[in-house]
Amino acid sequence: MEAGVATTGGGRSVLERSPLSRLPDKLLRWGLTALAGAILVLIAYFFVKLYIEAKPAFDKFGILGFTFDNNWDVSRNIYGAWPLVVGTLITSAIALVIGVPVAVATAVYIVELCPRRLRQPLSMLVELLAAVPSVVYGLWAVFVVIPKLLPAEKWFAKTFDFIPFIGGGAVAGPNYFIGGLVLAIMILPIVSAISREVITTVPVEQKEAALALGATRWEMIKMAVLPYSRSGITGASMLGLGRAIGETIAVTLVIGNAPQIGHHLFSQGYTLAAVIANEFGEAASTPIHRAALIAAGLVLFVLTLVINAIARAFVLRAERKQGTRIAGGAAA
Amino acid sequence: MTTATLQPISARRRRTDQIARALLLIATLIALVPLALVLYFLIKKGIGTWTWHFFSTDPSGRFFGDPGGIKSAIVGTVLIVALASAIAVPIGIGVALYLVEYGKDSRFANVVRYFVDVLTGVPSIVFGLFIYIVLVLGGVGGNFAGWKGSIALALLMLPVVTRSAEVVLKLVPDSLREAALALGAPRWRVVARVVLPSAASGLVTGSLLAIARAAGETAPLLFTAFAVKATTFDLGGQMNSLPIQIFNDVRQAQDRLVERAWGAALTLVMMVLLLTLVARLIQRRSRFA
Repeated sequence: MEAGVATTGGGRSVLERSPLSRLPDKLLRWGLTALAGAILVLIAYFFVKLYIEAKPAFDKFGILGFTFDNNWDVSRNIYGAWPLVVGTLITSAIALVIGVPVAVATAVYIVELCPRRLRQPLSMLVELLAAVPSVVYGLWAVFVVIPKLLPAEKWFAKTFDFIPFIGGGAVAGPNYFIGGLVLAIMILPIVSAISREVITTVPVEQKEAALALGATRWEMIKMAVLPYSRSGITGASMLGLGRAIGETIAVTLVIGNAPQIGHHLFSQGYTLAAVIANEFGEAASTPIHRAALIAAGLVLFVLTLVINAIARAFVLRAERKQGTRIAGGAAA
Repeated sequence: MTTATLQPISARRRRTDQIARALLLIATLIALVPLALVLYFLIKKGIGTWTWHFFSTDPSGRFFGDPGGIKSAIVGTVLIVALASAIAVPIGIGVALYLVEYGKDSRFANVVRYFVDVLTGVPSIVFGLFIYIVLVLGGVGGNFAGWKGSIALALLMLPVVTRSAEVVLKLVPDSLREAALALGAPRWRVVARVVLPSAASGLVTGSLLAIARAAGETAPLLFTAFAVKATTFDLGGQMNSLPIQIFNDVRQAQDRLVERAWGAALTLVMMVLLLTLVARLIQRRSRFA
């Protein structure tokens, strides 16, 4: 025995725990690690399973043929998903054009301009937009938005029919624009929440410096706040884009479900997610149709993966700069 | 002595400032318009259907006459979401514990973190497809079943629970952990008796928000739990749920059914808002954050 350390019979320090009592520790540690590892396995399994089930469609039409052929004809069992991809991109683009400016403006207003007392309630109200289920937005859009906006859409299409795509053409009840508008509402909370967190982390010194140089509030926002949070806001918008691309139920109800590429803003269309929700019931009996829909799901999955990966990279860059983890709030 | 007087801000700059501020305010108000409109129409069109009959009968499925109520849908939603939460909340918090207590900044932990983030971005309908392929096509325990819907929802909730739990667990001060360790507590007791209780309210908030989100999801249930009209408490069989009921009623586009859809939607939104509200109230009382 040296230096007054008491030992038990086995030569272990009394301060050391017996191997048996260390067991729960090990169990916890490895159990939790296994759980975390299981997530990775799950995602890999996910991908493999989807691919195997989608393979008949890829074999028959080719991966490129399936994705880029403009021909989705259920009755003849020909599946080229290009009209769906285009529909997905058009509606998501509309959602971003409408949703992102409003979301960022909301974030700037809440963080920089609004009275301190209103900050919490206002951000909570914006986040409540995320609490309304997709199917409820769909219901509301079908029976309220579509009929109420129809006259305005007709006027718009007629007045601006000299602009390609934006104007002209016949106005359908359900159309790309309505789909994009509903998506804009649905991505607003997440884009706004993340932008708000990014804007909150702009150093006070930079803002005060701008003000001390005589800048007005708006000039301060323009010179100090927005440039500093640009990469975070870009990331937030891309996360919104990912959301918009994958959103299913509301879009299914308002897009018109016509498997052609519409040539106008107010034409009917279809999206990848909508086609799955809509045709899966009948497809269960036709293997090639089912494979085609699962392939559509896989294309959707890959599309959102890529977009989210890029978005995370942007948000991560913002985090590094500010040394905090941006959680995305409840809206995420 | 010279007195330096500040140049007053030019009228043009002041006007720009005022216009920009006004625009930001207007945009914020515009963002709130849809929320107000949705709630207004839900209450206006939905409240009329709220009768005892509406909540106590199953959908009749008859083409004419009484369409019936939404009892089976409410029961189904509650059961499916309860099972989904029972799966997703412990696993989600477990993964978050790993990330905060053990993984920290190791490469493996960062990979897990990244893929959890990736999972949050996966569209809900893809989760539905996945469960359809693995459990329905695979023929595990029969055809469509309520519990398969639960697993699809659990997959959807998992990343949300994990992310929010990680944020909350990180807020527990290291000094608390160190104090417990210094007193001789083994790691698992530190986690069970110090870390988890300190973070409890935050964990509950995060989980409730995830549950609220899952309750409103339609897409993952479409081809997993499917739907029957009659009330059932058997998660092993097909099950009705509120979102699916609304979705089907809207697609029928028949006046009586649409009316029921509004009533069901009001019910669903009230449930979700209640959960969200409770979550926020608990968050207010939390010690950190």
